[in-house]
Amino acid sequence: MRGRTHLAVGERRWVHGAFGLMAWIVGLVYFFPVFWMVLNSFKSEQDANTSPKLFFHPTLDRYKDVTKSATGLLSFGEAFTNSAVVVIVSTIIVLALAIPAAYALAIRPVHKWRDVLFFFISTKFLPVVAAILPVWILARNLGLLNTRNVLIILYTGLNLPLAVWMLRSFFREIPRELIEAAEIDGAGLKGQLTSIILPMAAPGIAATALLCVIFAWNEFFYAVQLNPVKGSTVPIWVTTNISTRGDFLAKLSAASVLACIPVVLAGWIAQKRMIRGLAMGAIK
Amino acid sequence: MTTTTTTLRTRITRRPLSESWRRRLPLLPALLFTIVLTQVPFVMSIWYSLTDWTIVPPSPRKFVGLANYGKLASDHFFRDAAFTSIKLTVVPVLGALILGAAFALLLDRKFFGQGLVRTLLITPFLLMPVVVGLIWKNQMFHGLYGVLNWIIEKLGGSPVEFVSRYPTWAIALVLIWQWTPFMMLIMLAGLQSQPADVLEAAKVDGATPFAIFRQLTLSHLRPYMELGILLGTIYLIQVYDQIAVMTGGGPGSTNVPYFVFQRSIGGGWAFGRASSYSIVVVVASIIIATIALRVLSGLLKGEEAA
Repeated sequence: MRGRTHLAVGERRWVHGAFGLMAWIVGLVYFFPVFWMVLNSFKSEQDANTSPKLFFHPTLDRYKDVTKSATGLLSFGEAFTNSAVVVIVSTIIVLALAIPAAYALAIRPVHKWRDVLFFFISTKFLPVVAAILPVWILARNLGLLNTRNVLIILYTGLNLPLAVWMLRSFFREIPRELIEAAEIDGAGLKGQLTSIILPMAAPGIAATALLCVIFAWNEFFYAVQLNPVKGSTVPIWVTTNISTRGDFLAKLSAASVLACIPVVLAGWIAQKRMIRGLAMGAIK
Repeated sequence: MTTTTTTLRTRITRRPLSESWRRRLPLLPALLFTIVLTQVPFVMSIWYSLTDWTIVPPSPRKFVGLANYGKLASDHFFRDAAFTSIKLTVVPVLGALILGAAFALLLDRKFFGQGLVRTLLITPFLLMPVVVGLIWKNQMFHGLYGVLNWIIEKLGGSPVEFVSRYPTWAIALVLIWQWTPFMMLIMLAGLQSQPADVLEAAKVDGATPFAIFRQLTLSHLRPYMELGILLGTIYLIQVYDQIAVMTGGGPGSTNVPYFVFQRSIGGGWAFGRASSYSIVVVVASIIIATIALRVLSGLLKGEEAA
């Protein structure tokens, strides 16, 4: 993302500096709850559950506490494995379905492609709550309650419209001449995809996959309704670290850091691309 | 007569038809998957909402027509949930939009550490909603040890039990915090697509920065603001996670989606009634979505012309 300088041209230097300082203050204040969560995760419960303390003896014990597995309880390892499997498999299926669909909407558009695109995006407007009762009943009747499969199917459905929408805008940026040249050489859909489209749109595909991963990793509603016992994912594991008796803030913070770290790191690394993808997905 | 026309039409359109099917083929798996997964439950929901089906106590499913909808108006629990839903959508959307626009304006100029500040600002959007709710409840809002109460006490006030005393506002604040980055990103995209030459020309003509902002930037940002409002509304009208972990429902925090949950698989087991609530959310969403699609359609047309 490039910054603009021309607005600042002719502005006095101190005005410019003041805006920069303000941005820093806003950023730090805004980030404070996250900073505090990380700090609390290295405290003892005693240090965390008192009036806010900046200085303390840091310890990794809370991380040991929350990753320790106890029989009969959802362990960190189980939840993490379930989340990883559900997120990765559903994202792969999303891409496998969305890439050809985006091709049919962007490169060799079907008749009335705009209506189709709108249909996809309009399904995002249907609140999940409207679907949960039938989904719960269908899942129960099909024996899918408390399985990873039900979440894989649902997360594929949740992310597919967004993926189609974003991939279409990335595919549109590929120069048409390249695709036409490949066609003249006799490449079919598969050939065009592997030789031109996938390599050229790789950054866009990565950004799309990342957003799918973020939404699936953070999803709680379907997970807690359909998989409260077995096949539970990380968000549910986080909530198991709240206890009704005794202090738990430091433990909860450690669990929260572990739960958020994969997605936050990925988001930080890919932020520029993701911002562009979101903006294009939304605007283009 | 009809047969002749049909054969004629088939003959004329045969070749384009196979070509158009060849085009459609890559689209079909995604389309079918989406139709089955979204429309089937939706139609089932409509059907449930026309019955008096309850699971506990078990009752035979009986068709009752629109009776469930007729009862909505007099159901004060539903009215409360609908009112909470409106508050928990409008306040966070507008709050996040205003803050997001302000942050985007700050970030849209070069300064030392710009990238780092942007990273700090987008982080809440990446956090798990469940974690956001729990962390705010237990470390920021906590009645004894919360950071906010620490500040209030330093300023000479007395501590407040934010979550139990002001559940709507506590949840709204958390939602604003999490959704501001989303609005900021949309606004940044808008700011950065401003044609530089027009701004330059205005400056050459001697326009003040404030006049440029008011007359050029704001009008350019308008479609982006509309888009932010519409997308934000559609997501926030469905909020469940933060309510579940912060209050677990209750006066002032049970919105319609949470109410549907409470009245059905959350213990109420009245599937017929609960479905009628969710259809109301759908209808509200469809109204908003229609407006949203019109805005998006305008933007797409612009793209096609370009």
